[in-house]
Amino acid sequence: MNQPVRKNAAPVILPEKQSSFGTHSLWNRTAYGILYLFLAIVAVFQIFPIIWLFLFSLKNNQEVFNMSPFALPEHPKWENYAKVWTEGNISQYFMNSVVYTVAAVILTVVLASMVTFAITRMNWKGSKLVLGLFMVGLMIPVHSTLIPLFSTFTQFNLIDSPLSVILSYTAFNLPITIMILLGFYEALPREVEEAAVMDGASINHIFFKITLPMTSPVIATAAIINMIYNWNEFVFVNTFISSDSYKTLTVGIQNFIGQYTTDWGAIGATLVISILPILIAFFILSNRIVEGIASGSVKG
Amino acid sequence: MDKVMSNKKVIALYIAPALFLVLALIYVPIVQTGYFGMTKWNGVGAKEFIGLENYMALIKDEMFWKTAYHSLMLAVFSVISLIGYLFISIILAGKIKGADLLRKIYLIPMLLASVAIAQLWLKIYHPSNGILNTILVSLGVENPPSWLAEPGLALYAIIVPIIWQYAGFYILIYYAALKNIPESLLEAARIDGATPWQIALKIKLPLIMNVIKVTIVLAVVGSLKYFDLIYVMTDGGPNGSSEVMASYMYHRAFKEFDFGYGSAIGFFLLVICLVVTWIIRKFTAADENVY
Repeated sequence: MNQPVRKNAAPVILPEKQSSFGTHSLWNRTAYGILYLFLAIVAVFQIFPIIWLFLFSLKNNQEVFNMSPFALPEHPKWENYAKVWTEGNISQYFMNSVVYTVAAVILTVVLASMVTFAITRMNWKGSKLVLGLFMVGLMIPVHSTLIPLFSTFTQFNLIDSPLSVILSYTAFNLPITIMILLGFYEALPREVEEAAVMDGASINHIFFKITLPMTSPVIATAAIINMIYNWNEFVFVNTFISSDSYKTLTVGIQNFIGQYTTDWGAIGATLVISILPILIAFFILSNRIVEGIASGSVKG
Repeated sequence: MDKVMSNKKVIALYIAPALFLVLALIYVPIVQTGYFGMTKWNGVGAKEFIGLENYMALIKDEMFWKTAYHSLMLAVFSVISLIGYLFISIILAGKIKGADLLRKIYLIPMLLASVAIAQLWLKIYHPSNGILNTILVSLGVENPPSWLAEPGLALYAIIVPIIWQYAGFYILIYYAALKNIPESLLEAARIDGATPWQIALKIKLPLIMNVIKVTIVLAVVGSLKYFDLIYVMTDGGPNGSSEVMASYMYHRAFKEFDFGYGSAIGFFLLVICLVVTWIIRKFTAADENVY
């Protein structure tokens, strides 16, 4: 809004500004260069360990121990990947991670959407209280619930069952998911929904056929954030699951690495397999991830 | 309109499944934790009610206070590192080309599983073949330490990857807040002859103070309940030198089968997290009038 004013003023200020830039330009450029270098060093520090991981996942022990850590392997040992995928249970762990992640993401996003819809669109006493209950859930440390959850799941025969993990993921991700959805719902115009009410549509029709499709951008954001959390989750699976056939990658690679402590290539390949889905998702959806993390963290 | 949108049955139907899950899997368990903490229990047999015995023992448990101190150190270093993150964000939010790409690169470690990060840093710290000691040796250091195996170093060696892991997260938050400052405000200061340094300290920082407070809460509470990386990298060792509250609770319950005592630690952890959140919020809410 101030733009036009500044545009008018520009011709007056400009000559003066240019002259001051002239005398300082060398200093400015040096300062800019130093800041840039600093940011680049931070970037290298952030990314280098992961690159090093890729490098040693393609080497054998001899190359890891005798070559410079920065050197590329002479012949990339892709067989490291083939080996860990077939030996051990890595492929099984991978599939379990996929199934738990997808099931919990769908359940969480649908349930959170229903709650957010009821809170922002429907009129009822106690909606503030219920919202507060969900939001306080964000502050509860997982470890304070772990022993009772373990005991309850044991009682209901859900221990060592995928259901215990999927339900826990859902319950603990509902608060942050509702928080991400809430901002979008509040900013979304209600005209379309109000018109549908006038036309005599049922609430289910409005929710499933109108609101859900309209909120698809924020659903995508919430889903990707949930996917990252679930894929990386460790403590629930480590506590509730004991059978190898139900373990996820995060817990499975622990066992696997325990057996292969001396084979760096195999360990590297296992770790790369476990982080690759997230990295791929990040390259495709980085903007949504950035947006989701921002909206899920500060507003609370 | 009002009638359809106030349909009690539908409201209940939409709220109930999610509310049930959160109540059953978050709220009921925290009450249970408090109660289990008053029992002697091995996890499978009957619980024997012993009143406040576990909680009294906890207060006298030197090991517990040691782990609480380690958690506190983690919180202190996390909050100190916020200053660094803030500094990077202020530079990044200036007119830097490629800022968007840079902040995405910074974010990558935070997206990866703590377990994978822990395994990777185990390799980085590996005494003979890890990249850290390889570099140190090539720089002429003769006997580089075996980081995670040294009681005096293990905790600090773990703090480094934690700071590395969360850098992108806080930079993202600060960057977004800094970019929200109206350009007209900064322009006015520039015309008045303020230096970039003055603008950062006197204008930008006060304007994003609320966000900074939220990040302090996140960093402190996140540190107090931190678990994954430590569990995988040192399992609290050597000799308890890197044990934190959450890992201590896990050990007592799931390794030593002292579920009553483990619950008492879990409940204490909950109380500490809630109290700290409340204190920081209250203390910073009073501050708001200043700006």
